[in-house]
Amino acid sequence: MTTQVKEYPTERLKCWNEAKNLRRKYYEDYLNAHEKGGLRWCGGAWSFSAIPAGLGEDVYCLTGEPYGATIAFFKDFAAQCHDAVEAAGFPRTLCAYMRNYWGSVLLDKYILADGTVVDGYPEADFIWQDHICCSHAKWYQIVNWLEKKRGKKVPMYSVDVSVGYTTDHLEDYKVNYIVQQLNDGIEWMKKVTGRTYNDKLLCDAVWNEIKSTSLWAEICTLNQAVPAPLDEKTMYSLYVMGTLIKHRPECVAFYEMLRDEVKDRVRRGIASTPHERFRVITDTQPPWAFLKIFREMQKYGAVSVGSLYTFGLIGMWEYKPDGTFVPRQIPPKKPQTREEALRMIVEWTLYKPEWAHFTVPEVKTQMMASIVKQWKVNAVLLHYNRGCEGLSVHIAENRFGLIKAGIPVFPFEGNMGDEREFDFAGTLSRLTAFFESMGLKKLKE
Amino acid sequence: MITAGIDVGARYAKVVLLDDGKVLAKGKGLVGFDVLKSASEVFENALKTSGLSRNDIRGFVATGMGRDAVHLKPPINAEQIVSVVVADAAGAFHVIPTVKTVIDVGSEEGRGIKVEEGKVRDFVINERCAAGAGTFIEAMARALEVRVEDMGPLALKATKAIPMNAQCCVFAESEVVTLIHSKVAKEDISKAIHDAMAGRIASMILRVGVEKDVVLIGGVALNPGFLPPLKKELRTDIIVPESPDFVGALGAALIASKHKE
Repeated sequence: MTTQVKEYPTERLKCWNEAKNLRRKYYEDYLNAHEKGGLRWCGGAWSFSAIPAGLGEDVYCLTGEPYGATIAFFKDFAAQCHDAVEAAGFPRTLCAYMRNYWGSVLLDKYILADGTVVDGYPEADFIWQDHICCSHAKWYQIVNWLEKKRGKKVPMYSVDVSVGYTTDHLEDYKVNYIVQQLNDGIEWMKKVTGRTYNDKLLCDAVWNEIKSTSLWAEICTLNQAVPAPLDEKTMYSLYVMGTLIKHRPECVAFYEMLRDEVKDRVRRGIASTPHERFRVITDTQPPWAFLKIFREMQKYGAVSVGSLYTFGLIGMWEYKPDGTFVPRQIPPKKPQTREEALRMIVEWTLYKPEWAHFTVPEVKTQMMASIVKQWKVNAVLLHYNRGCEGLSVHIAENRFGLIKAGIPVFPFEGNMGDEREFDFAGTLSRLTAFFESMGLKKLKE
Repeated sequence: MITAGIDVGARYAKVVLLDDGKVLAKGKGLVGFDVLKSASEVFENALKTSGLSRNDIRGFVATGMGRDAVHLKPPINAEQIVSVVVADAAGAFHVIPTVKTVIDVGSEEGRGIKVEEGKVRDFVINERCAAGAGTFIEAMARALEVRVEDMGPLALKATKAIPMNAQCCVFAESEVVTLIHSKVAKEDISKAIHDAMAGRIASMILRVGVEKDVVLIGGVALNPGFLPPLKKELRTDIIVPESPDFVGALGAALIASKHKE
């Protein structure tokens, strides 16, 4: 039985290979940093990554969450990591990214972007982390401890960002609290690395980060077009640059190239999937080992055009007076001094929409409802993600809020980084029921 | 026009043959390892009862977790498949047109469905643990060494209410064993099992909300021990229609009729 629907033209992204190369290079650069006399640091993707950039052009980072997600995608290595972590006595209820990361350290193996596993986990020269959730607070403390057990000394610095999400007015005391920690952190980095600190490099990195995160929001806005030029599965491979190298000029250049290409796709009506007729958004990290669920959705003509997570983990947004959710206006000029740079990046970062996940569920619901309206979305798929306490907190409240706003919601349970906690067949069966309840039939049976 | 609906569940396959909304024949049988073979036998028996042949059937829709096994596969050759949620809504609306909330408790899954004029508005399905499904009662019946069909009547004879965990089927079984060792009466244990399951189903149903009329369907609706605690938990009257275990298959047959119109 076939349901006839309009067919849109599709095209492979021209900058796809560039995205792959950047990601490949990122993991290789970290691995080989010491051979070139460079420095390695590790920490979360939410870390103020522009700050270590002042130590030199040869400073490479490994951000924990994307690394945990990469491991999750390659199921065999993920299974080895889970075994290693559980054998070491850690419970499987902890953050799945964190467990994957620890598994890699425990196994003394490192995985590259293409799934190649190399012997020898490359220890960092220092840890530069921030405390965004209960797991992030402990993540690198354990890494530090595991490295110590391997005879490596990896000093750690953590920034407390518990001042909360900023909705309207950003109070000075919040900014000062974090700026002071970053100032102290710079002195600490100089001490533990023995390097001098270059404020010009810091200013460049801060400006790059502001431009990257604004550009990503601009790219996401282009997905308001029907048909959507990008689907969320593709966006995962693109937003990731902002979780790896948001402070680097390569990231700015890539997002500028991507923005221009996506604009061109919109102009020419190029779709991400040929039979778009039902638009959804998701929430929180997907179950990385089961991205094929997005392909299953396409069989119903359903396409995920993004999520607050995909848009807001990296993209920076704000509300205009007319209530529209738009990319955040970047500051009028590049910072010139250390103090200017630190204040600018702290103020910019505190508006990150993803903070709302942790502290203000009603604001998160409001932002999701705005996306539904502006991106012409038909339904929301909520991932009750057992692998991430931080971003799963309040999801049930978001569900109620969205339903109250008249938005159809499909919740499903899973785990972003541990495939043992995702029931693909069961989820697919429920998703099928949801699509049928929305009046959709498979395009081909 | 004659249409057929088959609900291939985890434990039983149910078939309904329909002629312009009137049930011509029904059939039910256990689903074995060979799902297509078992479902086909149920279907052939229903055909035999009605005196019809496959060629008389103008539309055939399959539902249930085993629906793919009979989709476009002879002798059933169901032309279309629909999810249980959609079939339940259609079937429940047909038998109780005032229905707003459908509770379907089968052997493998429990479901809550908000319904508007036979269409699904929202739904919820139990995840992962069988503690919210008929299998739970089966497992507990084994522990109590009674037949599963005796569990409900046994619960109705209870004199005490004993709280029991139903978050996990395995842990619940060890709790039952403890109660047995404590010389608690089988009647009271059976009631505790039904109460626990009703509590679990009710908490799930409350996620979509309870709006009258509330209809209970599925194989577990045949269990007299389950209805009283469920009513108590949800604080509402609950209607159990005739042949509640066939409502999904009926819905599938109705969808087949509509599709052919």
